[in-house]
Amino acid sequence: MEGQELPYVLIDSIGGKHGVYEDHLEFLKKHFQLITMKEYLENKKFLSENIRAVYMWYHKPVINEGLLQSLPNLKVVASSGVGIDHLDLKLLSSYGVKVSNTPFAVSTDTADFGMALMLASSRRLVEGYQMAVSPNTEYSPADCLGAEVSGATLGIVGMGTIGYKVAERAKAFEMKILYHNRNQRNKEEESAVGAIYCKKIDDLLQQSDFVLLSVSLTPQTHKLIGKRELELMKPTATLINISRGLVVDQDALVEALQNKVIKAAALDVTHPEPLPRDHPLLNMKNVIITPHMASATKKTRRLMMENMTESIEAGLRGLPIPNEVLL
Amino acid sequence: RYAFPPGGGSEALLGGGACWRRGWGSAHCRAMFRFTQKKCGLSEFGGRFTLLFNAWRKHTQPTAAVLPSRSLIPVRKANFRGLSLPDNPSLRGLYSRTPKADVQVMAGEELPGVLILDVGGTHGVLENLVALLKKHFHVITLKEFRENKEEMRKKIQSVFVFENRPTIDRELLESLPNLKVIGNSGVGVDHLDLKMISNFGVKVTNTPHAVADSTADIGMALMLASARRLVEGCQIAVSPDTKYFAVNWLGVEVTKATLGIIGMGNIGYKVAQRAKAFDMRILYHNRNRRRKEEEEAVGAHYCEKMEDLLQQSDFVMLVVNLTPETHKLIGKKELGLMKPTATLINISRGAIVDQDALVEALQNKVIRAAALDVTYPEPLPRDHPFLKLNNIIITPHIGTATVQAIRMMTEEAIANILAVLNGKPIPSEVFPK
Repeated sequence: MEGQELPYVLIDSIGGKHGVYEDHLEFLKKHFQLITMKEYLENKKFLSENIRAVYMWYHKPVINEGLLQSLPNLKVVASSGVGIDHLDLKLLSSYGVKVSNTPFAVSTDTADFGMALMLASSRRLVEGYQMAVSPNTEYSPADCLGAEVSGATLGIVGMGTIGYKVAERAKAFEMKILYHNRNQRNKEEESAVGAIYCKKIDDLLQQSDFVLLSVSLTPQTHKLIGKRELELMKPTATLINISRGLVVDQDALVEALQNKVIKAAALDVTHPEPLPRDHPLLNMKNVIITPHMASATKKTRRLMMENMTESIEAGLRGLPIPNEVLL
Repeated sequence: RYAFPPGGGSEALLGGGACWRRGWGSAHCRAMFRFTQKKCGLSEFGGRFTLLFNAWRKHTQPTAAVLPSRSLIPVRKANFRGLSLPDNPSLRGLYSRTPKADVQVMAGEELPGVLILDVGGTHGVLENLVALLKKHFHVITLKEFRENKEEMRKKIQSVFVFENRPTIDRELLESLPNLKVIGNSGVGVDHLDLKMISNFGVKVTNTPHAVADSTADIGMALMLASARRLVEGCQIAVSPDTKYFAVNWLGVEVTKATLGIIGMGNIGYKVAQRAKAFDMRILYHNRNRRRKEEEEAVGAHYCEKMEDLLQQSDFVMLVVNLTPETHKLIGKKELGLMKPTATLINISRGAIVDQDALVEALQNKVIRAAALDVTYPEPLPRDHPFLKLNNIIITPHIGTATVQAIRMMTEEAIANILAVLNGKPIPSEVFPK
């Protein structure tokens, strides 16, 4: 924009463990005048009138009614990642603020990570690693016998963009693929990955060796997997969660794992994150937990940043917003 | 007429199954086999087809353990890993048949003797596998043999080598006058002195089919775990010091990256099939170039010079067998040719990599990381520098450590041993160079 000032965009902080990535700054500064929360609080009078967008990187800065009231010219909130369960969409809408997320940027890495978790869990990779590097070397591979992924049955709960990409990958392992979704996918899509629709989630749960959750968190999917669902699963089955921790009734899961109702779990997401350090899930041999890193690659994070930039710019120009989240 | 989809040897199964169902004689079956081979142009038939054909005709009943005896089975399930049928309803009857006796024992005859290290224990054969052996053989442990040499020595016609044990040395070979075959569980035979064994007139067999899927899976598992820093992530997730998860903690992408497969045999090809679904660009280096259809099926590009593969790959996966030619195939020079952002994955044998050179390369960030299911020795001494690095994943040789694979390896070894003892074509014989 020649001669015009760049729009003021609020961010939480730069660098460190939670801030906007330093190597993203060059790109962002070409499009925006970035204002950190600290700078905003120091100069509220001037800045509050000028801030027109919020660049929400990993749920920060937190947007509450107070902030919305003090930013009268706020038009767009761009949120990183695909999940929007941390946003009060109704509230934002009532202030006339539009919201965007980054569903496609994360989809491939998340699908890859779902596969990584399934393979690591089934082949007992983490346990194996611990055996290989532990001071005690008296072990035999029999102590670490896993189960085949190739040829097993994978049940995908939530066949959106991410779920479908998981199916594409699983197909190459000659897995039998079942899926449960709000809507059945069309025939071509199903046959491209050899996926069989299970209208009732029970059917999927009863037949699967691996149950992978790739739904978004909504009131309908809250505690979707509880005691009943876990009991429907095979005792040799593994639960893999790459959605949100709250999709699973965590207490029921702990009990199911302790009582060998299911064989194992691999969770990239929990509630809360991180879990309290004395949580039973942290000590179980048959549980793999990872720190919500399914989209944590350099390329993907950069792509997310570019998507968010695009959404903010479009929103500020009054154009249709790419990746807009509608109520 | 059956449809013949490309890839994977399913055609052999189809051909064999079709013949069997129709009760065709050998000659007719072989003609069908040749027709199938020509039509689909697959090169690795011989062993697989013979194995299945013989299995169905006479000897071992892999169905006893693997296939249900009478019911229609989901057609995707395979006999031996690596062979899977398309989901074609017209083939559903293929496996339905009346159960036969599992053991072909002539009345009054004793079962042939097979020597194993031990039953159970740290290095012995797993008990459920011994049960399989007992269906066909008189199982003799090394201890029983040593305690009763005179009686046992003539009974032992075969040795079942499980996880490289028992060690086959000259002394053992000299003490077993009726030894005909060493049936190895697993595909690698670098622990066997093939020349020496051959000089005693003893055959050696391995199990290339049973290992293929699980080893390819472990290759993929290691590549994904290393790229995405899964093991490190687990440690952070459970560490008592973790208060929050950092958002700047990143790995590298697998999808659309370049995978260089060194050794495109059975296992290497299956790795390529899996990597293709991750949209990976696949390069490969092999003694011989694969046929065009095989390359196109997985989108693999041949690199006649290994250097080209090393320079372009984000992930280098070693899937060769250990021979004098492949010993220390990857050394300082090769590691230096790799990208500094590249990962080395080894699912072959430890000795294929110059371990000292790899330690140096990882310490100096000449390459990004390594993931090794195999080392030399196994296990590594506890003060080995590998164990101190944070950009390495090591697993304790679990490439075939699944309940299913271990069972199938035993069954494949049994089939091979019986073929030798019964003078039939041997599905997977290994010859000295």
